[in-house]
Amino acid sequence: MTFLSLSHLQKSFGPVQVVNDFNMDIEKGEFVSFLGPSGCGKTTVLRMIAGFETPSGGTITVAGKNQAGLKPNQRNIGMVFQAYALFPNMNVFDNVAFGLKVAGRPQQEIASRVKEMLGLIKLEHLADRFPYQLSGGQQQRVALARALAPKPQVLLLDEPLSALDAKIRVSLREEIRMIQQQLGITTVFVTHDQEEALSISDRIVVMNAGCADQIGTPAEIYNRPATRFVASFVGTLNLIEAKVIDPAANRVSIGDQGVTLREPVGPVKPGDTISLALRPEAGSIAEGAKGDTALTGEVISSNFLGSVVRTRMRVGPSVISFDMFNNPGLVPPAAGDTVTLRFTATDLLVIRD
Amino acid sequence: MKTTRLLAWLAIAIGAIYFIVPLIGTFEFSLRMRRGEYSFDAYRSVFTDMQFRATFGFSMLMALFTIVFGMLLVVPTAYWVRLRLPQLRPVVEFITLLPLVIPAIVIVFGYLRLYNSSSFLPLTNSTTGTNMLLVFSYMTLSLPYMYRAVDTAMRMIDVATLTEAAESLGAKWPTILFRCIFPNVMSGVLSGAFITFAIVMGEFTMASLLNRPAFGPYLQLVGANKAYEPSALAIIAFAITWLSMGLLQLVSRFHKTAPVKA
Repeated sequence: MTFLSLSHLQKSFGPVQVVNDFNMDIEKGEFVSFLGPSGCGKTTVLRMIAGFETPSGGTITVAGKNQAGLKPNQRNIGMVFQAYALFPNMNVFDNVAFGLKVAGRPQQEIASRVKEMLGLIKLEHLADRFPYQLSGGQQQRVALARALAPKPQVLLLDEPLSALDAKIRVSLREEIRMIQQQLGITTVFVTHDQEEALSISDRIVVMNAGCADQIGTPAEIYNRPATRFVASFVGTLNLIEAKVIDPAANRVSIGDQGVTLREPVGPVKPGDTISLALRPEAGSIAEGAKGDTALTGEVISSNFLGSVVRTRMRVGPSVISFDMFNNPGLVPPAAGDTVTLRFTATDLLVIRD
Repeated sequence: MKTTRLLAWLAIAIGAIYFIVPLIGTFEFSLRMRRGEYSFDAYRSVFTDMQFRATFGFSMLMALFTIVFGMLLVVPTAYWVRLRLPQLRPVVEFITLLPLVIPAIVIVFGYLRLYNSSSFLPLTNSTTGTNMLLVFSYMTLSLPYMYRAVDTAMRMIDVATLTEAAESLGAKWPTILFRCIFPNVMSGVLSGAFITFAIVMGEFTMASLLNRPAFGPYLQLVGANKAYEPSALAIIAFAITWLSMGLLQLVSRFHKTAPVKA
């Protein structure tokens, strides 16, 4: 059942249209990530849900109630900010208790709820500390507890991990997901980090120029990108130019090598150029590698990336990258070598703009 | 290198002599009231003077009102300009700087013209009204310092995000202003308060032309009629200013030990 509904949402700042006909229904307890580059409108949508921006058009409904005309302090929507935004004059306890005090809850209830929240983020022992005495990760956990304490209907997370270092980012995102599942709270998470979005979301909305380019599960977004933008933004992807040979048989050529696709090439004529996508991890050059399709090319370079070695090879006009898992015995191909990359034809996706 | 350092020390020495020698001279002179020996008689004379106590107390009270009402005017204004009307900031900054370029005598004549006994708002008709006018004029005088002190303190915290965080937790404007913003700009508020205090305690023009028994006109009166007491009063006035500056430094240092991260 839809809990948070965004219908035909529009927002312009002067002549600039920032959000354009954005539609999305979010289920109760769902964790949805808005993923996109800077300026794509993801934070603006979040701020409209919170009530900090007024939509130029469209409606926002939470639990069936239209939010139009409601101020941010009337919406019961919790929000965690990138910059933590803890009140510097209050200690951890008072920060978490703030929303409950504002709501006029009895002292005893406030104390027990704050204790419960601090237990949830495992910071009970830091209740007396002030924000400046905490690390970035601790501050963000306090901010999360503060947002959750008044039991909001929806939790909004505006790039909450961006200001943290890599290791803490990974552990905190797992913690956020765990707490969200434990409480079953409907959550909207804004990020420009695809790994973050892919790892913790039930569904991802990939946004581009104020529109939702694709909405789907992380696996759908990664494996079946709907547009060229999604394909290029999520994960590393080879975009390969191919010439149509026989549209009826889905036969194309990459350079001078013929390939038969599994999916329809679309309404095109022989000789037309189309774009295909192939993930670097989809193919292998190993002896006896499985796959019904092969492309042979000349190696341009091999780069050691830690867990994988990424090799770039030229096939006709396109450069294709592929990954090999690192192992002590691996000898990566050298520049100038000729290699054959094998993969399954289903891995080759037709990209539509 | 050596010559540069020597010149630097020379400049410091000249500056120190320029500022310190008159002070030492004044202090030394203030101790000479008793013939043939140094004493604090001049200070005793000043502190036992009923008029000193009355004018000092009056100016203290006026300073207190100026600080309270000044803060009530400046903090919400600076907050609102920073949050909602950033495009108006240059205009507001210009207005707050005006008291530095318009002489106090022009301001007070403007007030007298606007609020005299035959005007639409005859504040000078009563003592309370005139005192109110004096407080307002002191507020105007201290505006450049007060506004800047508060605005600088606000720049150190992320006012917009803190406001949004409080709003998302259900807080209304008075709660946001007095519980989330005001305590975090307290160092700026206190800095502004100390500067205001120092200005009000020594102010002469406004108090004299509004004919109020303030400390500034008393200093002038004593200076014109007595020999040693004016020197003692000058040293006392300096001490008040230094105390204010010292407290200001203390507040700033306290703020530095508790950095604000928002």
